[in-house]
Amino acid sequence: MSGRTQEEIEKELATQYQVLTYADYEDGLKAGKLLGLRCGSCTKITCNPMPVCQWCGSRILERTELSGDGFLETFTVIRVASEGFESDAPFIPCLVRTREGPCVIGRLEYDTEQATQDLIGKQVKLTGAYTYKGDTYSGGERTCPIFSVVAW
Amino acid sequence: MRDVAIIGVGHTKFGRASKTSLELFAEAALRAVDDAGVSLSDIEALFQGAALPGFEEGQVMSAAFSAAELNLGPIPATRYEGACASASVAIRDAAQWVASGEFELVLAGGVEKALLMGTPLATRTFAMACHAPTEGPAGLTFPGVFAMAARRYAKIYDLPLETLREKMAHVSIKNHRHGALNPLAQFYKKMGDLKVEDVINSRMVADPLTLLDCCPFSDGAAALVLCSAELARQYTDEPIYVLGTGQASGTPLAKMEDLTKPVSRITSARMAFKRAGLTPRDIDMVEVHDCFSIAELIALESMGFFAWGEAAEATAAGETEIDGKLPVNMSGGLIGKGHPIGATGASQVYWVVKQMRGDSPKGNQIDPVPEYGITDTLGGDFGTLCHLILGRAKRSS
Repeated sequence: MSGRTQEEIEKELATQYQVLTYADYEDGLKAGKLLGLRCGSCTKITCNPMPVCQWCGSRILERTELSGDGFLETFTVIRVASEGFESDAPFIPCLVRTREGPCVIGRLEYDTEQATQDLIGKQVKLTGAYTYKGDTYSGGERTCPIFSVVAW
Repeated sequence: MRDVAIIGVGHTKFGRASKTSLELFAEAALRAVDDAGVSLSDIEALFQGAALPGFEEGQVMSAAFSAAELNLGPIPATRYEGACASASVAIRDAAQWVASGEFELVLAGGVEKALLMGTPLATRTFAMACHAPTEGPAGLTFPGVFAMAARRYAKIYDLPLETLREKMAHVSIKNHRHGALNPLAQFYKKMGDLKVEDVINSRMVADPLTLLDCCPFSDGAAALVLCSAELARQYTDEPIYVLGTGQASGTPLAKMEDLTKPVSRITSARMAFKRAGLTPRDIDMVEVHDCFSIAELIALESMGFFAWGEAAEATAAGETEIDGKLPVNMSGGLIGKGHPIGATGASQVYWVVKQMRGDSPKGNQIDPVPEYGITDTLGGDFGTLCHLILGRAKRSS
């Protein structure tokens, strides 16, 4: 009889392709940690997680923890928010270049009325996590990092 | 691969529509079919851009129902989704299928009813074209993404933010000026004489972008009839040829090297120029994806029309006006004409074709008529990019 055994197919299915899942990453944020992946080929850091290295595409990855330190690349102050975020406005989404290399998107904890262009380039650090409770379309709650300015 | 021509174009009035998406698309399609002088039974396949029909009217699989609405028979009909670039991607694939010899004559275009949703839901659903896992919880909106790009632009080129805001305002002023002259535009006869202060002092949406730095939410549809170049002359003395196309994909914002130099846009534009055997110097007009004032500047630089960091000053100096070295968005662009996202790419092609026929509205028509034009369409935050280069003569090859 041709065909493969159910056991063989089940065994194949058990192979893990994600060294660090989004759930792991978000759990890390909630615990105050910025988790990422170190590439066994190019040695660079991938964060947020991907199944392959964000720089070279290698699949040889191991978990690592980033320092949470970085520099503010850019930001905006959202005045007109999308549905589900109205009560947050005004708030500050930001793009941070981590000390380890990769950029991450998060929120900046800062006085929205004082947030001016000279913030760009300032040193920031991970100080918490923001959890969006989600809506009908979001597939559950989502968490992103919160950064704060540390040095002037 | 064979040469492909556009022989008919159709466009609904952009703005608020009471008709359903199926009716809107059918209207654009029938206008295109009449313009081409073909009959509906000549159409062998339908390629339709539609980004959010499920949220707008609870309708997915809109392409099949659009084919049915026009009684096109059981032809292949496919909906393309590349956020705001949906129609351009549909048109590009339509051209590829005709070029391959699979089809002789097809219908392509797009439709959207975004205004219907109202601002909160429209903003939410548009933001679905951001990277949901990382950009979702940050609460990023599309104006937010481009506001971040504008701040980066000011930082990189060492421009005071207020100076950049003034220069960006000229994009809005120009595009509203031409939108106000376009009877199909959402802002026809409106805001045709804006001042820099009007743009800067309008309501702040995502700092530093104000409401007048942004395109509106819109309802509308546009469609084209494409056929093989051999067949085109049977129907028209003025076919407009698809000379080259490009498409590329981006990454989540955090994985981009530089928000002001999107690799996806550079790659797509270069692909189109290479296929057409042309360079930016050959192009006489551009319809560019000015979803926000800053977006037009980034687009023009990424496509190679201006050196990095120079589009802001060039725009403020009038170089992209109708009498400048490169007229940009003489239709009014997304800002003045409206942005029914799934239809926008087809609208851009419509206006390039109208320019090449000398049929653009007075005050918007470039003189002499352009020989070569390019459309630039952006989906999401640089996630899907598409460029279409059109010309009045076939490729020289």
